[in-house]
Amino acid sequence: MQLSIRHLLGLDGVSEKDITIILDTADAMKKVLQRPIPKVPTMKGKTVVNLFYENSTRTRISFELAEKRLSADTVNFSTSTSSVKKGETLKDTIKNIEAMRIDFVVMRHGVPGSSHYLANCVDASVINAGDGPHEHPTQALLDMMTIREKRGSLKGLNVCLVGDITHSRVSRSNVYGLLACGAKVGVCGPATLIPYDMQDMGITVYPHIEDALAEADVLNVLRIQLERQKGALFPTLREYRNLFGITEARLAKAHSDITVLHPGPMNRGVEIDSEVADGPQAVILDQVTNGVAVRMAILFLLAGGRSSFEGVDHE
Amino acid sequence: MNKKTFKAEISNCILLKGGRLVDPQTGLNEKADLLIENGTIVKIGKVDEKGVEGRVVDCKGKIIAPGFIDMHVHLREPGEEHKETIESGCNAAMNGGFTGVAPMPNTSPVIDHYNHVTFINKRSEGLLVDVYPIGAITKGQKGEELAEMGEMKEAGAVGFSDDGHPVASGQVMRHAIEYGNMLDVAIINHCEDMSITGEGVMNESFSSTETGFRGISSVSESAMVARDILLAEFSRCPVHIAHVSTKEAVRLIRDAKSRDVKVTAETCPHYLTMTDKAVKTFNTNTKMKPPLRTEEDRLALVEAVADGTIDAIVTDHAPHHADDKDNDYHSAAFGVIGLETAVGVILDRLVHGGHLKLEAMIQCFAVAPRKIFRLPEVKITEGETANITILDMDKKWTVKGADFASLSFNTPFEGWELKGAPAGVVNKGMLYLND
Repeated sequence: MQLSIRHLLGLDGVSEKDITIILDTADAMKKVLQRPIPKVPTMKGKTVVNLFYENSTRTRISFELAEKRLSADTVNFSTSTSSVKKGETLKDTIKNIEAMRIDFVVMRHGVPGSSHYLANCVDASVINAGDGPHEHPTQALLDMMTIREKRGSLKGLNVCLVGDITHSRVSRSNVYGLLACGAKVGVCGPATLIPYDMQDMGITVYPHIEDALAEADVLNVLRIQLERQKGALFPTLREYRNLFGITEARLAKAHSDITVLHPGPMNRGVEIDSEVADGPQAVILDQVTNGVAVRMAILFLLAGGRSSFEGVDHE
Repeated sequence: MNKKTFKAEISNCILLKGGRLVDPQTGLNEKADLLIENGTIVKIGKVDEKGVEGRVVDCKGKIIAPGFIDMHVHLREPGEEHKETIESGCNAAMNGGFTGVAPMPNTSPVIDHYNHVTFINKRSEGLLVDVYPIGAITKGQKGEELAEMGEMKEAGAVGFSDDGHPVASGQVMRHAIEYGNMLDVAIINHCEDMSITGEGVMNESFSSTETGFRGISSVSESAMVARDILLAEFSRCPVHIAHVSTKEAVRLIRDAKSRDVKVTAETCPHYLTMTDKAVKTFNTNTKMKPPLRTEEDRLALVEAVADGTIDAIVTDHAPHHADDKDNDYHSAAFGVIGLETAVGVILDRLVHGGHLKLEAMIQCFAVAPRKIFRLPEVKITEGETANITILDMDKKWTVKGADFASLSFNTPFEGWELKGAPAGVVNKGMLYLND
């Protein structure tokens, strides 16, 4: 089966069917990654530009690896070394890159909607690698793949995101994707870091971590950025840890089979303690592995591939 | 881009034949011919066109109303003539059914000296549209020292505002309304508490939660509206609130008016017809200040215009070059144009929509602005100056920015299908008819 979308700009509005196709294909891609030579020729001759307006180590490397595993040609473009520093607009940058004939643009940008804007400007397929605090669909998909792998299904699971929800693209994409797949979603964090009327998305807002932990099957612990302290959003990292940190003691009161995710990079001892991050419930490194598989699946499917993926498997 | 030319014709004698004359000031609402000679209404009644040596305009099925004024526009001259000039802006006004505009002073340089007011007067000579300059309240619109309002008034300024910015200091604002009251001029504040706005780019609401944009909460507006009302009440001096966008500001203004505080207010067609849900398209022509608010706010504004809590409808016409808008949402400039869509949008959505009586619409566009600026009344009466807006209630058209007289086309209404349009204007012995 083929995807009904040509770009992956976000998970808002993406159907359960499309998400399932991506996750099923990602499972197959993961098998490719476990082969002695983890590489297939599926995207030979296709060119992918990785356009990163914001620093990102993990996501950029994960995309680059996924592209290389599929034998695509890749070009990396980061703003610190590019014409953007010379005042070029986003549109001009895009038009110039496109004039070099490319098939895919993977973009990370600080402004919500920038990947939608990009998709309107170019013929290439666009994959959103994070547009400000709006969406980060591949992160949510790799989170969902990891949860599904561990728990069998997403349906009916109670997934709670903890931390800075307002400034998090991960939180929005997770909410859209998980709700589409039948999970129950909650968010928990300081009142100053929960966006306005978020319960209207069809989720539960937990003001206290104890209430969230009592109900959660899965915790997705988000990174707390120190800069937020300067905006008077919370007093200190110390107080944050005291009120919301996922400590061993807190986790002991949750379901014993609770699954703990973190999109990284972690602040150990702030939003998550090492005992939890390195403990048996954590699937944080699985997320990293699955990230490559999910991104391979998306590239493959957007390039017109089908979810059966047999052609590749038999090569 | 090839734009058609927009030009008024000069005529000593104009006969508007067969229209319906509507003037809420006199209660006039009747079908009659209207004869204008040398810029004055000389006869209302039955006029045989055979005896008329001049321009005869068939107004059958049209409404003839006192000339509309847009009391809040940005014409960008001096300083940003690539976006709009006084002439192009006046052409846009004329094409949009207005006979008068009041340009805000946030140009480059800021209109904070009588010489600048004189410059605007000079640049608007000979145009059909009356230009009523608004001067800055404070020097350079910096919010610190009062500008020479008295001298600017003498040069022709009808009101004062730091629009584009709020007068942040409560003390400066108090002095401004007291000084403005002494001069008998309008003091207009752009109410926005910048410490609440922060780096926001859209309304703070469920829509900002969905998009992840930083929000500008309604309190950013309503907090300063409350302050200005209290200042007006304390000093017993009038104040005019620019571009009201929130239900809380409406509530405060309604309460103030019920206690006879001298407050007047305006809102814009986009706040009356659009909501922040439109931002989800990431179309940068949904970006303006104040931002588009929620459906609840929109409904409160419609009600406030209908019951007179809000006195005037203005466009806040804010032209921007495509380079300033065709960009990511953060980089794009705030502001939209409105001179050539206001009449059509209000006729279609509010008047035909059954939310606003035609007389109330005319009150908002023609009567209230003149009152707020302390300008002479313009009436559809024999012997009065002929200053007229003609409306076509039934014309169906589609908004297309590329067809505008404005040099810019950053309209949020692109593609809207509307019933009702401006049909023409008469002023200063000149006539302009929409095709």
